[in-house]
Amino acid sequence: MTQQRRSYQIGTGLFIVLGFAALGYLATQTTSVANFSQGPSYTLEASFTNIGQLKLRAPVKLAGVRIGSVESISLDPSHLDAVVRLAIDQRYDEIPDDSSASIFTSGLLGDQYVGIQPGGSPDMFKDGDQFVLTQSSMQLEDLIGKFLVSGSPPKPADAAPPAAEEKH
Amino acid sequence: MSGARRSSVAGDALAQIGACGLFLLQILAAVPGSLRHFRETVRQVWFVGAMSLVIIMTCGLFVGMVLGLQLYYVLSIFGGTAALGTVVSLSLYRELGPVVTALLFAGRAGTSMTAEIGLMRATDQLSAMEMMAVDPLAYVVAPRFLAGLVALPLLTCVFNALGIFGAHLVGVSWLGLDNGMFWSNMTASVDVWKDVINGVWKSVAFGGVVALIAVFQGYTAPPTSEGVAYATTRTVVSSSIVVLALDFVMTAFLM
Repeated sequence: MTQQRRSYQIGTGLFIVLGFAALGYLATQTTSVANFSQGPSYTLEASFTNIGQLKLRAPVKLAGVRIGSVESISLDPSHLDAVVRLAIDQRYDEIPDDSSASIFTSGLLGDQYVGIQPGGSPDMFKDGDQFVLTQSSMQLEDLIGKFLVSGSPPKPADAAPPAAEEKH
Repeated sequence: MSGARRSSVAGDALAQIGACGLFLLQILAAVPGSLRHFRETVRQVWFVGAMSLVIIMTCGLFVGMVLGLQLYYVLSIFGGTAALGTVVSLSLYRELGPVVTALLFAGRAGTSMTAEIGLMRATDQLSAMEMMAVDPLAYVVAPRFLAGLVALPLLTCVFNALGIFGAHLVGVSWLGLDNGMFWSNMTASVDVWKDVINGVWKSVAFGGVVALIAVFQGYTAPPTSEGVAYATTRTVVSSSIVVLALDFVMTAFLM
């Protein structure tokens, strides 16, 4: 009797541990928690005129390899620029200090990330350094707007040349 | 004439709902008393939880594999198979995990609760307990209710984990998706609180509802073999309906 009672208690304990282990696995390995950089990191700053849809903890990639994540995004009140702080893994501490940072979109509709194009300087970035060369996110709406303006022959353009000739 | 009958049907339904609500209050009042019979609660967690693991794990695996196969086919039309992990995990965490587990739980554990309590009533065991000054609500009903509340969220997590494993099996091992892409797209778009924990809240609510309906139907079943059979059927029917309706309401609130 005691033996039997003990065995179902052990079974219940195993069941509860298994359930919580599954919850822990789901919560830490399959969600954005898994993207928190584990090891030590150093911080770089980059200012952009427009960050588009860039979000906190978006990946930072060099040559397509994830080397860190976006730590914070704030507005520089004097230049009215977006200042993005990037936490880079300490392992990747040999990034030339004339590298440039750009904001890319993964795929046509994917999330945005910060891509770093390495430069050729012999000096490397140190903690707290700032990117000199940055390129803002490409706005799909702007591209479409430009395409529509340049692509279709607009009626005002037909009217404009005579007016321009008169002026000459 | 027919109006009177219809009103009596509606009255019966309302009376059932009301009795169920009052029964919930009675159970909650009996919960402190049931802590003295804590071992009974543990035994019920073993019975409704651990003994349901096999069916939950098997079904989770197959649901995940089917999701992997179907969504791979649909996503390949748009060239978006890289999002397979994301879509599978989100649909499991937010909807399929809690709901399918609750439906399986109603069939596997709810029916046995109803039949057991109904037969206890039919064989006068509940009256005997009352005679011995043991409150059957505290000794029989509340432990089963608590066990449902505890076991279903845990079973849901196991179901989800096996579902992800099944989708990985089909998508990566069989159809040749890239392993890194599968996981990194998933971790990029699944949120702990909004997706995983909200699903767990849902399954806590479903566990309470299914266990409540099961013990209520068993406790109020007519003490005949026909009555117990009918109560068992009603447990499955009404807990399935309530789980699906409650799922809609909770989704609307938790979104």
